[in-house]
Amino acid sequence: MSNRDIQNTLAVFKREFMAYFNSPVFYVIVVIFLLATNGFTFFFSRLLDSDDVSLATRFFVWHPWIYTVLAPAVGMRLWSEEHRLGTIELLMTMPVSPWQAIWGKFLAASVIWLIALALTFPIVVTVAYLGDPDSGPIISGYVASYLYAMACLAVTSAISAFTRSQVVCFIISVAFCLVIALIGDPGLTQTVVNAVPNGTEGVVRFISYFSFMDHFFEMTKGIFVLRDVLYFVSVIVVALLVTDLGLRSKRA
Amino acid sequence: MIQVKNLIKVFGTKVAVDDVSFSVEKGEVLGFLGPNGAGKSTTMRMVTGYFRPTSGSVNICGIDMLEEPELAKQRLGYLPENAPLYSDMTVASFLGFCAELRGLHGADRTRAIDRVLDLCFLDNVRNQSVDTLSKGYRHRTCFAQSIIHDPDVLILDEPTDGLDPNQKHEVRSMIKRMGKDKAIIFSTHILEEVEAACSRAIIIDRGKVVADGTPESLKKLVPGANSLDEVFRSITNSDTAVKKAA
Repeated sequence: MSNRDIQNTLAVFKREFMAYFNSPVFYVIVVIFLLATNGFTFFFSRLLDSDDVSLATRFFVWHPWIYTVLAPAVGMRLWSEEHRLGTIELLMTMPVSPWQAIWGKFLAASVIWLIALALTFPIVVTVAYLGDPDSGPIISGYVASYLYAMACLAVTSAISAFTRSQVVCFIISVAFCLVIALIGDPGLTQTVVNAVPNGTEGVVRFISYFSFMDHFFEMTKGIFVLRDVLYFVSVIVVALLVTDLGLRSKRA
Repeated sequence: MIQVKNLIKVFGTKVAVDDVSFSVEKGEVLGFLGPNGAGKSTTMRMVTGYFRPTSGSVNICGIDMLEEPELAKQRLGYLPENAPLYSDMTVASFLGFCAELRGLHGADRTRAIDRVLDLCFLDNVRNQSVDTLSKGYRHRTCFAQSIIHDPDVLILDEPTDGLDPNQKHEVRSMIKRMGKDKAIIFSTHILEEVEAACSRAIIIDRGKVVADGTPESLKKLVPGANSLDEVFRSITNSDTAVKKAA
């Protein structure tokens, strides 16, 4: 990475980051995210009614579903808006490489999530006050949760590169994130395994291995395995490669 | 400073630009004329590196656009059609963003912003949101962006579109003034503009260059023609005529 790479990525990052604050998007998303995470944890998982204050099964377990809806809402403007306004033509005729722009924008959306996720800290304070939780699973849970969010954002970035409509991007991204979450659901996988002919169970298990869920839950249990981190990182890299492909195809 | 050779662009089965070659030297203002859909914008998008040509080459100040896109883009300024802007920014922050992408930082950046705000008469709206600007101001803001790094090559796609007569006049004289030490291409379909601001003009029709010369020499192309208007009509095909023939 050259100096120029960093400067350009930073310039795009700054603009994109500020854009979230110049519109109500950031505030709306953060408020809904905090209401959802805390609501699910306290009202559905009944965190206070049990003796066990494990965040993995009561707090982080809800995150994938929340991200499925909210991450596309944050990411959908990344490239769609650029196409709609026509500013893509401006950006791509600047001495900026597509990669600098793609990273800059993706990082801006990622930092937005970092802030949102950091604002869930009262829950950590709560469990620390009520009990004596192990800090390992909490840290790995947060890392897993953040990686999950970034993977959803990267997928949304890829889809937004193909369309000028934020609504279309949002719907397709939610559908995509939902499918990739569901294929890893143990109940669903078991049902499908029972239904398919003998000898093809391996295929089903192989497909379900691509789900975010498996890797996510492994990590929230406190089993911090490089394999799962690498999985999310490679999803992000592939999605950003697809973003580049989308931008190229739009420029014909 | 701009050298375009055998540029071809094909979209699917449609040939949008068909073997276009021209060059523009320093101190020249080239008017790009042609009916709607003739391939003017497509050509400009290839010259600025936005579209990748199907074949052919573009050379900006001796740098090949296809081989060294970032270096070549650094040397040119571009005003796209319809003057796109980030609607959530203020005029000054938008120009600041463009300056940073052009590699201007710190005091250079501030100086560049002040210079173009002054040059394009944008001082009184510098902290206004782009969203709330009138069309003339929006256009000038985008124009300011294209000259923020004082480029050697300037490419303007319909720079006077949607402006009132005073603003048109202002933009034209600005182009003429800057044309003295830059190479400028601008597209238009207003023919008086060509006579007012260009040192040379190219007429493009259905992707092909059909005439290339000074405004005076173009007039002589068609015997008996008194104005560029008549020349334009007789050497380009209007889309209504095509329909009649079909």
